[in-house]
Amino acid sequence: MSQIWRIAQKEVSDGLRNRWLLAITMTFAILAIGIAWFGSAASGEIGFSNVETTIASLTSLASFLIPLIALLVAYDAIVGEDEGGTLLLLLTYPLSRMHLLIGKFCGHSIILGLAAVAGFGSAALAIVVFAEGVVVSEVLAAFGRFILSSTLLGWSFLALAYLVSALVTEKKRAAGLALSIWFLFVLVFDLALLALLTSTEGGMSPETLPWLLMLNPTDIYRLINLAAMNGFGGVSGALAIGADLPLTHGLWLGLAVWVAAPLLLAHVAFMRRAI
Amino acid sequence: MIHLEGVSQYYGRHQVLHDLNLTLGEGEVLGLFGHNGAGKTTTIKLILGLLRPDRGNVLTLGRSPNQVDMRRQIGYLPENVMFYPQLSGLETLRYFARLKQAPLTQVKSLLEQVGLSEAANQKVKTYSKGMRQRLGLAQALLGEPRLLLLDEPTVGLDPIATADLYELVDGLRRQGAGIILCSHVLPGVEPHIDRAAILGHGRLRAEGSLGELRRQAQAPIRLRLSGVKHRDQCLERWKDQIPDMRPVNAHSLEIATDAQHKLELLKVLLTSIQVEDVDIHQPGLEDLYRYFIADDPAQIKETQQ
Repeated sequence: MSQIWRIAQKEVSDGLRNRWLLAITMTFAILAIGIAWFGSAASGEIGFSNVETTIASLTSLASFLIPLIALLVAYDAIVGEDEGGTLLLLLTYPLSRMHLLIGKFCGHSIILGLAAVAGFGSAALAIVVFAEGVVVSEVLAAFGRFILSSTLLGWSFLALAYLVSALVTEKKRAAGLALSIWFLFVLVFDLALLALLTSTEGGMSPETLPWLLMLNPTDIYRLINLAAMNGFGGVSGALAIGADLPLTHGLWLGLAVWVAAPLLLAHVAFMRRAI
Repeated sequence: MIHLEGVSQYYGRHQVLHDLNLTLGEGEVLGLFGHNGAGKTTTIKLILGLLRPDRGNVLTLGRSPNQVDMRRQIGYLPENVMFYPQLSGLETLRYFARLKQAPLTQVKSLLEQVGLSEAANQKVKTYSKGMRQRLGLAQALLGEPRLLLLDEPTVGLDPIATADLYELVDGLRRQGAGIILCSHVLPGVEPHIDRAAILGHGRLRAEGSLGELRRQAQAPIRLRLSGVKHRDQCLERWKDQIPDMRPVNAHSLEIATDAQHKLELLKVLLTSIQVEDVDIHQPGLEDLYRYFIADDPAQIKETQQ
């Protein structure tokens, strides 16, 4: 246990040293504050409108950005140490491969979690302090849900990045594979689902179709944040089929599974890796 | 401390170790020698538990080497050791000390011992190869290991640092540590090892103390007599009794003999010939290495072609 913590500590201090933590936090904060005040500029208004539209726009942007950041942070976690020659040395120390994997994952998770809390939290704080006519408890509930789900989304893509990193033997291939994963889940998946929907012309059972959304962590993330809104105003495209999913806690559970399962597979891949 | 019994190892279909037997006792220094790809690093990885033997048995410190806790008592310097470039030497050693649960007070004294005190706060990416090697040595010594595995430890070290390294090895041996020195650079290592194991193409070609290896190889001891008076008469007179005698330069003779006959021969020669000096050239590790490697069927095939 203490070995896991020592590894995690090193990752966090690396994150501070190379300014990752600062950069991600700033990105989140600027994004959230910008959308809160200028999100409705397209419709001719400037200034804070309301929490619902803010969260809705923020969710669709974050569902692109957070997976990318998480993959970027962790794609070289194992293959990078291997190429750098430090993995060989680390594994002759009194720690198991599981310690190393979990420790590094914890470190990266802490970095992403801190960035989400500090970055998005500062936006929530700004809204509470500067915006007029907002109900504080509503803002806190919406942003609390948003921050927690964003963190889980980040962790699930961290876990996917670890799986990639444990599988390949070259850093460049890991980067390529990580980008493909991002492309698949963030862009291709919804299009494929829509294509499936139109090509079967309702041939698929309307009960099973919404469950397909559970195969994509970014869709679960969007459902969590948008389903909480009244009337599902912000939902469009493939996501609309999830509107009548009889789930509330199930979505959270689904996202948690998307953290645990790739991490477990990463562990299996790492145990099989030749040093 | 180390016990390898009938170990065979494959990388895919390629067999890299053939039925290897090797032991190391407490307070013993074993030199593990061989050409590139002879199986030295594979052997080290088996001892460290980084690889599991495909056949045979490996015991390290009396236990199966994949037990994590035991590694606290092992120090390892990998070939071409690498560190995190963005950390300083001090930060690097502190991190590894924490991972090995070694006292942090040891960090400073180790840095001093390997001569890195002044560079301790510099980032490792600014280090030269020799400095990295010395940092690697320092991390191997964390926690006062009972077993030390050094893979090409002298690469990149200047002669003084090399001498320091050997002195350190001698000191640790006196304290009862078991040490494996893995190398293909041979000169200078002889006085510091108790036994040598020579690997060729994954097979143990020879193993034993230098004396034992010399006997096994029956490598000749060369006596060189210089400043011989009336050399040609001498050569004429002794050539039937000592067939391995040959002239070297104007006033010298060289005689090849073996360990058994060395003293006897010297006595006879010195009473009957006037010489200025006698040089006794024992076959060195390098000669022995050549001899045992040349025995290798693969190498013989190469020379025949």
